[in-house]
Amino acid sequence: MSSTERPLRPEPSRPAAIRELPRPAVGHSVELRDLNAYYGQRHAIKGIDITFAPNEVTAIIGPSGSGKSTVVRCINRMHEEVPGARVEGSVLLDGEDVYDPRVDVTQVRRLIGMVFQKPNPFPTMSIFDNVASGLKLAGTRGAELRERVDRSLRAVGLWDEVSDRLGAPGVSLSGGQQQRLCIARTIAVEPEVILMDEPCSALDPVATLRIEELMAELKQRYTIVIVTHNMQQAARVADTTAFMLDGQLVEHGETTKIFTTPDDERTERYVTGKFG
Amino acid sequence: MEGSAIAAAPRVLAAGPGARRRRAVNRLMEAVSTLAAGLAVAVLGLVVVSVVVKAAPAISFRFITTNPQISPFGANTGGIANSIVGSLILVALATAMSVPVAVLIAIYTTEFAGGRIGALIRFALDLLNGVPTIVTGLFVFGILVLGARQSGWAGAIALAIIELPIVARSAQEVLALVPSSLREAGLALGLRRWRIVLRIVLPTALGGLITGSVLGVARVAGETAPLLFTTSTFSNLGLTTSPSQALPNIPITIFGLSESAAPSDHAQAWAASLVLILFVLLLSVVARALHERSRRRIRE
Repeated sequence: MSSTERPLRPEPSRPAAIRELPRPAVGHSVELRDLNAYYGQRHAIKGIDITFAPNEVTAIIGPSGSGKSTVVRCINRMHEEVPGARVEGSVLLDGEDVYDPRVDVTQVRRLIGMVFQKPNPFPTMSIFDNVASGLKLAGTRGAELRERVDRSLRAVGLWDEVSDRLGAPGVSLSGGQQQRLCIARTIAVEPEVILMDEPCSALDPVATLRIEELMAELKQRYTIVIVTHNMQQAARVADTTAFMLDGQLVEHGETTKIFTTPDDERTERYVTGKFG
Repeated sequence: MEGSAIAAAPRVLAAGPGARRRRAVNRLMEAVSTLAAGLAVAVLGLVVVSVVVKAAPAISFRFITTNPQISPFGANTGGIANSIVGSLILVALATAMSVPVAVLIAIYTTEFAGGRIGALIRFALDLLNGVPTIVTGLFVFGILVLGARQSGWAGAIALAIIELPIVARSAQEVLALVPSSLREAGLALGLRRWRIVLRIVLPTALGGLITGSVLGVARVAGETAPLLFTTSTFSNLGLTTSPSQALPNIPITIFGLSESAAPSDHAQAWAASLVLILFVLLLSVVARALHERSRRRIRE
């Protein structure tokens, strides 16, 4: 299918592509224990305890300023890059605390990947180099590099669209394609967990749908945590949903339950649109 | 317009009182600012035209390709080839010394330093930028020439000290323009800071860095005062390329030719000025073209 005659409703992505990726023996879980995060004096995340189950999509919803993005940035230790920011508590990846002083932070980030709200492919690199960037700058070369790039592009459903122009600049793609390129770049380094911070909010509905379908496949390989302000999206893609308010975790449960019969009154008021 | 009762008052779209005066003031301001802009362009044009006119008798291909030959009357019957070569060498050495250091300073302040240290360094660079070039020349004279002798190295170092803050400040601005989302993407992939700077930030900022460097070159190409103390007495009239000796250069040559008694030398001084102006003009045009290209790139 050429890119000029894309149907209004995209074809379902090829499930086979995801299975070409190396299969992990067992899924990976992330547990947050008494997580607190500060921006200088401001106490942004107040004592969060939550477990993200392996090979599931967990959505974090909540009003602006509730701390959703801060929480995921604590998981892959991006929060500490902000001057004056600090974290207390533990984030356990399969039982190992990523904040242990003996841990190498770059290794943490290789295992816990992140996709950002605005697609950010590297502008000076081609499509191929973008996907390869995590690998190349860590030493992978030659045939193995090419193979992993191919697999990643297939897994995100971009291969058919770009295989004839891998040398074109990464920024020459459309917004939705760029975001899938960023996802390919993230999975090329073979992480265990993928964090997504409102990955579709800058995209049109068609591109959004494609990425949501991609998520359904990606969870076979990875544990996914997605921050979203779009409750319908959470209802569509997430197995479990967590509701946050003012830096605290209000409720976490199966998505259908959260949206139909939540335990907490604040959750109910949020999902029925009474505030936020 | 008086506010009137509810339904009856008609809407008036015509101008109220004072509109004519406001329009006149507006037109006056437009005229004044256009005149000011025109004045700036006119001054530039005047300078270029007068240099061209006065240089006409002396400028020629021979002028730029022959070394000076002093006639028995003391006039230069040759050209200024050795000065052109000398200037190119001095500027090249100065740039080779200052640009890498300037870029490293910029990388340090934008990527690694805290806010306070970064501000301090920026302030220091601005101060260095404001030091009169004759003071810089005197400083280098005191350190390198006094007790030794004049040399191209001393001249190049003086020029490098002048070029450094220009390139560094420009590089800082350019690096700060690289979107932080690119750095975040690199960090999220598990890349180390230096790798991110070298492979992602610098390539993205390359166009702007080159523009800043070219502007720095354009600035020092015409500096005279620092060269006055460091490389102004030339031992011979032939081509000198070794920086361990005083290198002939265009600004000092202009100075020397203008002091001479022979009117033909004066024409040569103008011609040398024309060469210098053209060189700087060319660099500025190149810098602008690169700037446009890099701006388009980052906007994507």
